Amino acid sequence: MKPSDSPPGDEGYAPGSVGDLGYGANRLDSELSDGAAYGLAETAAVATPTVSLKADVWRRFRRNKLAMLGLSFIVLLVLMAIFAPLIAPYDPLKIDTTQLRKPPSSDHWFGTDTVGRDVFSRIVYGARVSLWVGIAAGTIATVVGVIFGALAGFYGGWLDTVLMRFTDVLLAFPYLVLALAIIAVIGSGVTSVILVTGFLGWLAIARVLRSSFLQIKQMEYIDAARAVGCSNTRIMMRHMLPNAVQPVIVYATLFVGSAVLSEAALSFLGVGVQEPTPAWGLMINQGRKFIAVAPHMLFFPGAAIFLMVVAFVFVGDGLRDALDPKMK
Amino acid sequence: MTDLPATGHELLLHVDDLKVQFDTDDGVVRAVDGVSFQIHRGDVFSIVGESGSGKSVSVMSLLGLLPSPPSRVAGGRALWKGEDLLTMSSDQLRRIRGKEIAMIFQDPMTALNPVHTIGRQIGEVARIHDGLSKSQARRRAIEVLDLVGIPQAASRVDNFPHEFSGGMRQRVMIAMAIVCEPDLLIADEPTTALDVTVQAQVLDVLLEIQQRIRSALLLITHDLGVVAGTADRVLVMYAGRPVEQGSTDETFYVPCHPYTRGLLGSLPRLDDKRGGQLHPIAGHPPSLLHPPSGCSFHPRCPIALVPGVCATDDPALRPAPEGDGSHVVACHRADEADVIAAVGRTA
Amino acid sequence: MGGFILRRSLLAIPVVIGAISILFVLFFMIPGDPVTLISGGGGAREVNEQTRANIEAKYGLDDPWFVQYKDYWGRTLSGDLGVSYKSNQSVNDIVKQTVAASGRLAFWAILIEVFIGIGAGILSAVRRYSFLDGLTTISTAAVSAIPVFVLGYLLQRVFGVIPAKNGWPEWATFPVQGIGPDTWVLGVIPTGDQWKYLVLPAITLASVSTAIVARLTRTTMLEVTRADYMRTALAKGLRERSVIFRHGLRNAMIPVVTLIGIDFATLFGSAILTETVFNWPGMGSELASALGSRDVPIVLGLTLVIVLIYVFINLLVDLSYAWFDPRIRSTIAEDS
Repeated sequence: MKPSDSPPGDEGYAPGSVGDLGYGANRLDSELSDGAAYGLAETAAVATPTVSLKADVWRRFRRNKLAMLGLSFIVLLVLMAIFAPLIAPYDPLKIDTTQLRKPPSSDHWFGTDTVGRDVFSRIVYGARVSLWVGIAAGTIATVVGVIFGALAGFYGGWLDTVLMRFTDVLLAFPYLVLALAIIAVIGSGVTSVILVTGFLGWLAIARVLRSSFLQIKQMEYIDAARAVGCSNTRIMMRHMLPNAVQPVIVYATLFVGSAVLSEAALSFLGVGVQEPTPAWGLMINQGRKFIAVAPHMLFFPGAAIFLMVVAFVFVGDGLRDALDPKMK
Repeated sequence: MTDLPATGHELLLHVDDLKVQFDTDDGVVRAVDGVSFQIHRGDVFSIVGESGSGKSVSVMSLLGLLPSPPSRVAGGRALWKGEDLLTMSSDQLRRIRGKEIAMIFQDPMTALNPVHTIGRQIGEVARIHDGLSKSQARRRAIEVLDLVGIPQAASRVDNFPHEFSGGMRQRVMIAMAIVCEPDLLIADEPTTALDVTVQAQVLDVLLEIQQRIRSALLLITHDLGVVAGTADRVLVMYAGRPVEQGSTDETFYVPCHPYTRGLLGSLPRLDDKRGGQLHPIAGHPPSLLHPPSGCSFHPRCPIALVPGVCATDDPALRPAPEGDGSHVVACHRADEADVIAAVGRTA
Repeated sequence: MGGFILRRSLLAIPVVIGAISILFVLFFMIPGDPVTLISGGGGAREVNEQTRANIEAKYGLDDPWFVQYKDYWGRTLSGDLGVSYKSNQSVNDIVKQTVAASGRLAFWAILIEVFIGIGAGILSAVRRYSFLDGLTTISTAAVSAIPVFVLGYLLQRVFGVIPAKNGWPEWATFPVQGIGPDTWVLGVIPTGDQWKYLVLPAITLASVSTAIVARLTRTTMLEVTRADYMRTALAKGLRERSVIFRHGLRNAMIPVVTLIGIDFATLFGSAILTETVFNWPGMGSELASALGSRDVPIVLGLTLVIVLIYVFINLLVDLSYAWFDPRIRSTIAEDS
């Protein structure tokens, strides 16, 4: 009976290699110390076929019910924002002095606000502002953050030091305080909110990416790439970035959620979105005075913000779990 | 079940047909499937196997250190001085741990608590078992650090684990294990996490200590070189089952199981021809979730009878054809000396 | 250890210098017309000549930037934070009036965060899968997602407005606005009715932080129980409870302390929102209203003070890591 030859390098096995009785490159020593993983490690190594990263991540994400719930809600919000004119029964800006502060009824599902506008319609349109801010700020933050983080992490040296000192100084400010200070100077409004949120967001993303880069820089395959003659840009883009980008994805997702929250907070304080544009935070600000007589003005925008934040938290957590190689 | 010749020393540990399983989402994993051995006072006994062979699991189950769930002892006994470790109360077991049976773990960096000084971690053993006071325990810790060869023990006793090098940390682990002069030291891959140059030193320390306090030593390893130099008796495991057992001399010079022969044959030797090839064992380690039918080694075995008894029947441990009777092997073809001799490289 | 403290403290200085400089750049160099800004203009309002002349004289706005910068430092170091445009009150006075209120609120919020947060986390981890654990998990998830200002109003409504409207007994009704009698003992302990005014704002401010601390504590405790050194401790013969508390807890606290440190930034932000919701007269609500009236000297002054306090707190937290994690003491803790 001929023994089968093991394909070289297949799944990292090199049976019978020197001093090591079975596993070669597939070192499971880190799992050896966890009793529960003894049987599991071998099972996993032998039984699981290799799958592409994206498909694997999506599969694991899908299994997480909470994450899928969050994702569905976000999709719902996006649809709501896009199709707002079709969904909202009333014009969100239409003032009706005969219907001031009416509680929820069959005419006005969420009631009316202090100048008679339909709350439900304003909530639906409010999704637009929130998502717009979240996505715009998130994009700015991610793009700028990745560029700065990559440059700092890759080149190191004085560039790194300068950038890091700069972020340190900015991080010496509590987030909202700095945001308010900047808005005091550049004025209120949606654009300001986007700029401020995006600007403060890239700091953290740059840091995360820089850490990843620093770690990866020390890996051997980078030396290998250089030895083969790859240019710096090529190394950065094709070798380091795809590997470093994982934590950034999670962070960016969570960031969109926090950007929306920031917009709500700033609008609540009166320096974000301005009247008459519907925005959830602004609606809460308007509802403050009427907490005793017309709580519905506060309740619905509050619930909307809450649900959205929860959705992003679930999605972010789900992503993180799905990307984590240690979890099974 | 084998009968060992009387060595004249007290029998400390008698493991009889131990079976340990893990309940996982994908099914039941048979990590240890029928292991038996005996350890007498002063013995140096070694269990050898690949990752996944079940060697560490069997030993950890003796002291109840496996997380359960999902692990579960599915059968067998482990008699320590007559009492079954696997069924005794947790209080009884707790009293034995550290005091009569002490364990030295594989990776000293993670096995030591990073926020406590080593003096405190070592002294702790003495305080809970022998009731020493803080200062007495500290003195004992210094004594023991000295014994294992840590220089300037009196000042280093207040250092933290991260302030030691890998080899020193492993010595600290050894020190921690011998505080109460246990009857049995279990060392789980004590040199795996260390540089080659340091491995020899640590092994020396371990053996010296073992002899000095006259305890038995149970050494788990995958490194054949370590075994050859240190153990009196050896048990070779594969896929959770014992495949060969006997004195080190006999097992290594006259190996009878195709697996053992393959292992020994795969080691490069100084007198190999230049440009020659290495001889690995073909195939992959088996899945413990769905082990092969019959003999678990048969898919990789160069002399397996397939179709035939090797694929259908699980071989039992039987005395090897030559030898003193204490050498046992689990192979259907063990009696066919010429067939066996052709496996692996010839000497 | 002493060297570590010194090194860490010295590192804070350039950061402070940098932060103060950034404020300078922000307020004096970026705006097109600083005069309008400082005088509370910005918009259609015209600045009258006299005001313009005063401001230009005081701030030397015609001088080259490095002279302005020097003067700015001079003013800052001598503690002169300027004068409110609106009320003509010196900003220093405003700070003095409001810092105590903010401090007291923050003190209690932090107590809640640390003790209830960590306590709940430990309980949850030790009694895993129990009803208590499930309850904690759900409530912390919910609370950590509620925006602070929404929660504030919710609490106001449930504990303040509804009881008042429906004539509930005195002890079940909480005031919803203001600081109340402002009576304190030992600086932070409320006396008399003061505590009633303190409860809702403190809980609101602490809520999100407490929830995430509880979650993280639970996670780290569970992680720590799987660590190798826990198994070593078991192998030495320790009781399970000793193992968890003597070996596990301190290790588990390391990431939690880190989190609490990072969380201070959000705490400051939440304080601004909470104080606004409850009309608590602290620096936060003062900052928010100054923003509304575009009273820049107040905004600038308060921001400066807040940053200094924040840097100081961060320093203290950093130093406390060293006690928890001896590995930090050997190196200068820099982000890697």
